[in-house]
Amino acid sequence: MANITLTVNGKVHSIDVDPQMPLLWAIRDVIGLKGTKFGCGIAQCGACTVHLEGTPIRSCSFPVAGAAGKKITTIEGLSEKIDSAVQRAWIEQQVPQCGYCQSGQIMSAAALLKSKPNPTDADIDAAMAGNICRCGTYQRVKKAIHRAAELAK
Amino acid sequence: MKTTSSLDRRNFIRLSGLTGAALALGFRSFASDEVAEPVLYNMETVSESFGVTPFVIIDKTGLITIMNPKPEMGQGTFQSVPSLIAEELEVAIDKVIIKQTGGEAAYGQQTAGGSSSVRTGYMQLRKTGAAAREMLITAASQIWQVPVTECYAENAMVIHKPSGKKLGYGELVETASKLPVPQSPVLKKAEDFKILGKSVDRPDIPLKVSGKAIFGIDADVPGMVYASVERCPVFGSKLVSYDDKGALAVKGVLQVIKSERVYGKNKYEGIAVIADNYWSALQGRKALKIVWDYQGFDTFNSKAYEQSLRDQSKEEGLVAHSVGDFDKAYVETGHKLEAFYETPMVSHSPMEPMNCTVQWHDANTVEVWVSTQGPAIIKREISQTQGIAPENIKVNVLFNGGGFGRRLAGDFANEAAGIAKVVGKPVKVIWTREDDTQMGPFRPMTYSAMKGALSPDGKVVAFQHKVISPSIGATQNAKYDKTKVDKTMVEGISEQKYEFPNMKNAFVLSETHIPLAPWRSVTSSTLAFAHECFIDELAIQAKKDPLAFRLELMSKESDARKVLLKIKEFSKWDQPLPKGWGRGVAQYEFFAGLAAHVVEVSRQANGSVKVEKVYCVIDLGTVVNPDNVKAQVEGAVVMGITAAVKDGIIFEKGKSVQTNFQNNKMLRINEMPKVEVLILADGGPVIKGVGEPGLPPVAPALANAVFAATGKRIRRLPMDLTKLI
Ligand code: FES
Ligand code: FES
Repeated sequence: MANITLTVNGKVHSIDVDPQMPLLWAIRDVIGLKGTKFGCGIAQCGACTVHLEGTPIRSCSFPVAGAAGKKITTIEGLSEKIDSAVQRAWIEQQVPQCGYCQSGQIMSAAALLKSKPNPTDADIDAAMAGNICRCGTYQRVKKAIHRAAELAK
Repeated sequence: MKTTSSLDRRNFIRLSGLTGAALALGFRSFASDEVAEPVLYNMETVSESFGVTPFVIIDKTGLITIMNPKPEMGQGTFQSVPSLIAEELEVAIDKVIIKQTGGEAAYGQQTAGGSSSVRTGYMQLRKTGAAAREMLITAASQIWQVPVTECYAENAMVIHKPSGKKLGYGELVETASKLPVPQSPVLKKAEDFKILGKSVDRPDIPLKVSGKAIFGIDADVPGMVYASVERCPVFGSKLVSYDDKGALAVKGVLQVIKSERVYGKNKYEGIAVIADNYWSALQGRKALKIVWDYQGFDTFNSKAYEQSLRDQSKEEGLVAHSVGDFDKAYVETGHKLEAFYETPMVSHSPMEPMNCTVQWHDANTVEVWVSTQGPAIIKREISQTQGIAPENIKVNVLFNGGGFGRRLAGDFANEAAGIAKVVGKPVKVIWTREDDTQMGPFRPMTYSAMKGALSPDGKVVAFQHKVISPSIGATQNAKYDKTKVDKTMVEGISEQKYEFPNMKNAFVLSETHIPLAPWRSVTSSTLAFAHECFIDELAIQAKKDPLAFRLELMSKESDARKVLLKIKEFSKWDQPLPKGWGRGVAQYEFFAGLAAHVVEVSRQANGSVKVEKVYCVIDLGTVVNPDNVKAQVEGAVVMGITAAVKDGIIFEKGKSVQTNFQNNKMLRINEMPKVEVLILADGGPVIKGVGEPGLPPVAPALANAVFAATGKRIRRLPMDLTKLI
């Protein structure tokens, strides 16, 4: 156990956990933000995607100690222009079905749009292939990302 | 019905969220096959009584609460079911509070399954909304002293047409709640609908894009601890001994106890590690040393089991359906065709792994937070396994992170209830993805022995579909009757609209100890593959276009024929495709509904086959939310392709080789074809299902397209699209 300082969505938390605990469980169970989801635990599904200093990571496979002192953003912390464009596009296209994978989809999409404001279908495939949606919302995810790119302008 | 249970009383007040006068309407019984009369509930007495079913509650502040009896798992019931009331009540769906019922007996059947949610409630719920609307209008006319006919309802208000006077529903409930309930309220005409039949935004979606939607796994109960359970992946094993020293040494681990998961007639032992956080529970679980007695089940493997199904295909089996004299016609007809089709077991793998949070309030009352397709199922199973009365079990139904049939079972809840009882604190049990993948229950595999005989002019004279498979019912139910045809396992094969002068369908039961469960579109998900691919084989033999051949076989008017004609036009079937492409068609009709798809594939330079496009026609009769129907069919296509081309569940040494998404792969966005959906909704009297019918035609249409593009006939799933050419 160790005291680790995490900055999540701009808020500083000092938590006492096993440094090897995946960031996912620290965010969900210790800090109490439940929007980030557990899907596989082995970096295969993307449900747990958060941003670490703006880069999407799979928090289920990332030890909490590695995030100490860095800026973490979760679905609850999305706020900038691009982020809200993604969320608006997601509502407009009625993307989610069960919704369980969608925090992760949105975090991946928001990161993509920050690095590529006008992504092609191929860019989307490459950036989003790590996010499984068992409900099969992929066609809408793709449309919504294109739409978000427009809305963010 | 009067009850003295404090739990009931407290729950009901919380459920209704009010204490004073209100208009609360429901009906006495919510059975699927009868249209019950609306009944008024006096909210003063509602808090004293639990035997009531208000589906709509309007309080004095104008707050409208609609109870949704059908759990939301992505299929859209959170919008579609309350809409039935909201439409008649003249209120927008985003202006009401929607609450899930929790399996209370008075709410009747509350299971989301079989694509039935809208169908079962369609008339009852509309009638309730209409009765409330009429009472509110009458109340307003009395207050204003004007004829009822001069008043109408709109946007949660009653308006007096000549004067333009308005009163909100909240201002009317006091008067309205004293009126008699109209027993035959006038339902709105379809052309006046504002919600039904329209692509209305789903109210759960804003919650799901902001991380605010609460799923079962997100339940937060004060004082809660976490559990992870080690169960033997070799089904049928018995626990010999375990050493928990290592587990208890892990920081955060509080306790290690034995657990029991009951699934149907089977009981599975486990060792539950309890910790103050889930990560510690997982670490503790890894440190367990357990000795299992496999009881010989560690020799079970898929290869041998599959061979046993092939061997069994020689058995006559039980006749499921017979027309004419198949045996005679088959022998006498010159041109015969036989084919054998094989499908795998697959996992449900909803994105939210199984989980359940349980708190025992005292020795006889328990509260559960869970993602489930059927709160009444959870109640029944906890009641049976824990020996407490169902009315002492409160089930909080949270958003389901996918269900697909997996959450029709109560195994994960009855296990959690047993664990929480021993622990004496609220416990959240979370399955790992590995647990979720390996522990079943699985979709059963079905093998199909097909026979067909063609006359010289290419007419089908004789047709046989013999199913050889394990049975869902047999693995669940100790009283399963082996002497009867298992209707679930021959689902749909005798109900297609093809006219065969001689047909004999049969069922051969294969026994297995592997736990099985219905999976989205149940057995139609595998039987359609054999059925519709074999029809294609017959068409090719008869040298006919596969779609024209099907239409010829359906000479009589039917919905299936209509759907086929529609898919022909919608998919531009008669227009040539680019070089190297092929298309295939399939349709399937079963208890949940009817759909037909055309799949287009292309040969790639690297020797693989790419799924390019899927056209879908779904026949509904009546549609509640067209955009949501399209979403459901898009999802069914993804799930159907995944099951056709990705990993099935394979057993070696008694356990599933597949553990997680690295070896139990799912279709990903880069493999997604374009999907176009057309809805047939002619307002017919029969309402058909939405969630499942889009699935069965996927695999056969795809395999038929692969044949058209490559000449290769796929008779075994999964097919590997990278190795076809
Ligand atoms: S839970 Fe982290 S990638 Fe699946
Ligand atoms: S919306 Fe259900 S898993 Fe993606």
